[in-house]
Amino acid sequence: MESASNPYGVDISQAMILERVALADWLLVFPVALPLLTAAILVMMRRHPNLHAPISLGVIGVVLFSNVVLLARVLDDGPFAMTMGRWLPPFGITFVADTLGVLLAATAALVALVCALFGSTTINATGKRYGFYPFLMLLMTGVGGSFLTGDIFNLYVWFEVFLISSFGLLILGSERAQLDGAFKYAILNLVATTLFLIATGLLYGVFGTLNMADIALKSEALRGEGPLMMLATLYLVAFGMKAAAFPLHFWLPASYHTPRLVVGALFGALLTKVGVYALLRTLFVLLPQEGGALSGVIAVVAVLTMVFGAIGALAQADIRRIMGYVVISGIGIMMAGLALGNEVGLAGTVLYAVHSMLVMAALYLLVALMRQVGGSYSLADLGGLYRLHPLLAAIALLLVLSAAGLPPGSGLWPKVMLVKSALDGGAGWIAFAILLSGLLTTLALGRVFALAFWRPRAGGSMAETVALDRTGMFALGILMIPILWIGLYPEPVLAMANAAAASLLDPVGYSLLVLPAGGGS
Amino acid sequence: MRTLILRTIAPYLSALMMIFSVFVLLRGHNDPGGGFIGGLLAASAFAIYGIASGVASARRAMRFHPMAIAGSGLAMSVLAGLASILFGVPFMTGLWAPPIPGIGFEVSSVLFFDLGVYLVVLGAVTSIALALEERDEE
Repeated sequence: MESASNPYGVDISQAMILERVALADWLLVFPVALPLLTAAILVMMRRHPNLHAPISLGVIGVVLFSNVVLLARVLDDGPFAMTMGRWLPPFGITFVADTLGVLLAATAALVALVCALFGSTTINATGKRYGFYPFLMLLMTGVGGSFLTGDIFNLYVWFEVFLISSFGLLILGSERAQLDGAFKYAILNLVATTLFLIATGLLYGVFGTLNMADIALKSEALRGEGPLMMLATLYLVAFGMKAAAFPLHFWLPASYHTPRLVVGALFGALLTKVGVYALLRTLFVLLPQEGGALSGVIAVVAVLTMVFGAIGALAQADIRRIMGYVVISGIGIMMAGLALGNEVGLAGTVLYAVHSMLVMAALYLLVALMRQVGGSYSLADLGGLYRLHPLLAAIALLLVLSAAGLPPGSGLWPKVMLVKSALDGGAGWIAFAILLSGLLTTLALGRVFALAFWRPRAGGSMAETVALDRTGMFALGILMIPILWIGLYPEPVLAMANAAAASLLDPVGYSLLVLPAGGGS
Repeated sequence: MRTLILRTIAPYLSALMMIFSVFVLLRGHNDPGGGFIGGLLAASAFAIYGIASGVASARRAMRFHPMAIAGSGLAMSVLAGLASILFGVPFMTGLWAPPIPGIGFEVSSVLFFDLGVYLVVLGAVTSIALALEERDEE
């Protein structure tokens, strides 16, 4: 290999990786390459939409498995990196498997698996022919790539990949309301990604590198010379918009209730969390001091997001819109950890991100099942679901408790950590806001439960029992396992969240992992 | 646009543009050109054919649905990247076959990646162009 690629006797060890890449390192590429390949194959199989679901389920299963193996390896042997095309790290595009990225990627794969299963019965033949599964696979490619890449421009590319596939998923069905929602969603998200691109261009001009590890090393030396504060602010605005943080959150409730509910589940679970993840990476690993300087702004944004999100949920009568506001409220709680910036707070943010992915997907699927049974999305019409389907009611109660941060659901522990971190850090008002938003969310979702499940049905006649979609129920059941598991036995996930938080606070360690020589360019 | 002149010249013009697009694709590794620009040329060849002879005959001339062509290109690009798993080098590393005399270009995984880009651009742009022309015909 070496002699073949080096006919001129040049010392290529300065530019290229010469040691053999272990087969196990390839696990890092699979969560991106396999869904992309599958999307391509599904597009070619447009005449056989019935085969889309089984193929997608199989591939997502493999992706989930490789993510779990990756996670186990990272926990055992520590994080590792792989740089594409044999170029040495600052030049080639690096993929990094660290606890934060792989934990979120694995959770995302689980959510995608459940949504693919749920979609196999709820998406009709037209939707499948229109490309639900190819778009789902492309969305997974983009989300997985965002969590695993170690290159800031590559992160932008993955953002575009999942953004474009989300446009396709959003208008699945081509209804009037969907086009209206998609327009708002598209414009706001394109503005956000353009800001992201402008910030990245500026960053390249200042640093001369796009590799995150290299940037983290150089930001120390460039402090005081380059416009680093401006970069951090631009990233905060761009990713805050993508994450639907307070003043820039209005696109989310305007669009998330329009697509098919399984698409809403995917969006509510994955897309905003990628924004939070990108904030964690840029403000803690790339520009830690500037991120720290912005913590006051982030704290105000976080508090307003969580409180206004919960109030918005209280004000709605359409259960789909209520879920949109619950997503926003959760973003505020995650940003509280960013504002606090200490290890406990960041671990709370990471754990809340995992919890929020699982619970938001489950809540949207619950809405879909409530619609099947109750025949409506409106709290004014729904009623008596407890009588019809006690099991669905039990799951709904658990989800309400979990989303509100009460035991035995998964929402309890991250909130405990965040409140503790806020009180330790002397920011009692943030702790108060977290508890207040928890109370308001309990009221908003409790109202859903009381009206839709407990209240007797308005019409009185309860004769017809609508058969519940068994596959959908099974999919929702799969999601309940990790939700209850995190709620009842949080130790393993807590340890991962703590490891992720510790690595976020140690950018030099991250850099040395990618650039073993410690030098860079 | 169905003038006699355009209808007579379009098949030859399209064929010429297709050949030129392949030339641009193959020259692209070291000189200006490559998969993206080659794919655009090929797509405009089909667009011209569609304008002159109707969208139905353009679709017949393509044999496969444009989106299927784009999908095959995407699959080819990913597989070209994955090929490096067999050689113990990282994802997307360029692999070069021993030079074949007389063909004027080097066979490599990079070439297949570029060919994939060519097909993706050809399929996606033709799909848009033919859909717009179809609307025009109605």
